Amino acid sequence: MSNITMENKTIDTQKIKRTERIKKAVLYLLLTLWSIIVIFPFYWMILTSVKSYSAYNSEYVPKFYTLSPTLKNYIDAFTAVPLSRYFFNTFIFTVVTTAIMMVVVVLSAFAFARLDFKGKDIVFALFLSLMMIPNELVVITNFVTITNLDMRNSYIGLILPSVTSVFYIYFLKENFEQIPEELYKAAKVDGTSDFKYLLKVMIPISRPTIVTIAILKVIECWNSYVWPRLITDKQEYYLVSNGIQEIRENGFGRENIPAMMAAVVVISVPLIVLFLIFHNKIMEGVSRGGTKG
Amino acid sequence: MKIRLEHLTKRFPNRNKKIKTEVVAVNDFDIEIPDGKLIGLLGPSGCGKSTALNLICGLEAPSEGRIYFGDEDVTDIPPEKRGVGLVFQNYALYPHLTVRENIIFPLQNLKGDKKLTKDEMNRKAEEAARLVQIENLMDRRPGEMSGGQQQRVAIARALVKMPNVLLLDEPLSNLDARLRLQTREELSRIQKETGITTIFVTHDQEEAMSISDMIVVMKDGVINQTGEPQKVYDDPVNLFVAKFLGTPPINVFEGEVRDNKLYVGENDILDIKGADDKKVYVGIRPEGFVLNPAGRLKCKFVRVEVMGRDTSVIATNEAFLGESIRAIIPTEEKKEPADGVVCFDVKPFKVLIFDRETEERIYFEA
Ligand SMILES: Nc1ncnc2c1ncn2[C@@H]1O[C@H](COP(=O)(O)OP(=O)(O)OP(=O)(O)O)[C@@H](O)[C@H]1O
Ligand SMILES: [Mg+2]
Repeated sequence: MSNITMENKTIDTQKIKRTERIKKAVLYLLLTLWSIIVIFPFYWMILTSVKSYSAYNSEYVPKFYTLSPTLKNYIDAFTAVPLSRYFFNTFIFTVVTTAIMMVVVVLSAFAFARLDFKGKDIVFALFLSLMMIPNELVVITNFVTITNLDMRNSYIGLILPSVTSVFYIYFLKENFEQIPEELYKAAKVDGTSDFKYLLKVMIPISRPTIVTIAILKVIECWNSYVWPRLITDKQEYYLVSNGIQEIRENGFGRENIPAMMAAVVVISVPLIVLFLIFHNKIMEGVSRGGTKG
Repeated sequence: MKIRLEHLTKRFPNRNKKIKTEVVAVNDFDIEIPDGKLIGLLGPSGCGKSTALNLICGLEAPSEGRIYFGDEDVTDIPPEKRGVGLVFQNYALYPHLTVRENIIFPLQNLKGDKKLTKDEMNRKAEEAARLVQIENLMDRRPGEMSGGQQQRVAIARALVKMPNVLLLDEPLSNLDARLRLQTREELSRIQKETGITTIFVTHDQEEAMSISDMIVVMKDGVINQTGEPQKVYDDPVNLFVAKFLGTPPINVFEGEVRDNKLYVGENDILDIKGADDKKVYVGIRPEGFVLNPAGRLKCKFVRVEVMGRDTSVIATNEAFLGESIRAIIPTEEKKEPADGVVCFDVKPFKVLIFDRETEERIYFEA
């Protein structure tokens, strides 16, 4: 009697184990498929960048591999246009914009979260309503403003419109508000000024969120295209995103896609490195900002 | 340091902006707190205990009245210059700092000739840590400690500046029953060791009674009574204080004084003198009952309950206000009456009577 139940049990566990295994196999299959879909564009980019210009143009149907890889495209990318200058511009643009924006965002989030001033709620509601205005509209008014201020073709003209972000202010304010009021009171009893409290308590506690915002902003700056394209027409102020377009147009009669891809690879590397270093932090920050309490 | 509060009042605008009336959180506080004592500030939730504490430490400005530390008027002095240490219900430790950094934090704001070097700060932090016995936890973060340990860190942080006054806002309410018992003993020890005038907020009357040198019972922003715990317990000024102190709580009956006798329902339970004839509330402490088959107070027997060291008789009576009467009796007298009626005599000094309208105490001679 007991033997039978024992056998039944082992059969049961075997069954469970088998379905578990099948589930896992399906899961892995799907994940593999997914990662292929995600990785393929990267592969294609790198592949194209090492095909020679002539080989690329002679392939009627693009091949999935190449037998004669070349690095010439990389040299072309840097020589056909002043790509290193664009790199420098992009770097300046990204660093300065992100730095200024962090200061603006942290201070305004602090004000909205911690300070009491007249009309705070109304101002914040107005701020939030700004998020509903489509970006294209903002770009047009910004363009008019910056042109009128005679700031076309200058770093300041590039940077100024993106030194604030309503969404990030909102995001960080939510985070700041989760810091218990008692910490503030305790600090006040010890004679800590508001600014010192912000520096020594609020910012360190919210560091994951702040890092996340900074990284997202860096990515946004690095990839920005429309605004720099509109506001600059001199090569000295081009960013890499504009530069890529230029390389494409620089081919011998036809578009020089391999050189462009080489440039794209070079441009993507810093972002990929950044992401690999910080991806844990980004996830942490996003999930923290989302859940309250 | 002696603390004196003079007509201290705090009004808040109503949180519901449509209602214009103000909330009076603290109403005309007028007390003197002797130097070096542990004071329990006691009252139900929302009666203004935290507000009173915030006024004393300077986080809130009073609407009226003055605050004196010793002979100095500190009403308009900012909190950091008052020399107060504050401990919160949820400890309010900085989660990103280690215990050591948490304790040092208050010292880093000292300016001018009070400024300390790193070594001095460390030494002071260690001194404070020793006092609350957490020297071996100095490099942990708050998240890696138990509630009791965090609580001690909070106390160490409040003590490190050697404040004149230590204020504790429900510091034990996050601890479990046993740890609470242990920590409150510890608190009492630390207070005695340092001799710092300490005000301790709680809504747990037992906690306040057990360690305070003096308790202040408040209700709706008004101080009802101050005094030594036992004295306030034995001699409350009104029904609220009588009900608020004591576990199990006092038993309250509807009663009447008639012809120098105190009646509960139809039973005249006590001969009294010096009280006018009128309808009253009669409060009898659970330990004020004496089982006696010929006793003058007749109640309907419900059951006997044994809880740890206490044995109580649960009974009901028509005139009783509430669910059931609880009378604590010596364990050896435990037996159930045959006819379902249990009779008590009452100890005169455990019987308190109160006016029906004002709920003020009416004094009498037994
Ligand atoms: N900033 C404020 N604005 C308006 N009303 C307030 C404010 N702070 C406290 N109150 C009100 O004052 C009263 C007393 O509050 P307080 O926090 O002092 O109570 P408490 O005795 O500490 O209660 P608990 O035991 O629940 O902590 C309450 O009615 C509360 O709603
Ligand atoms: Mg409170």
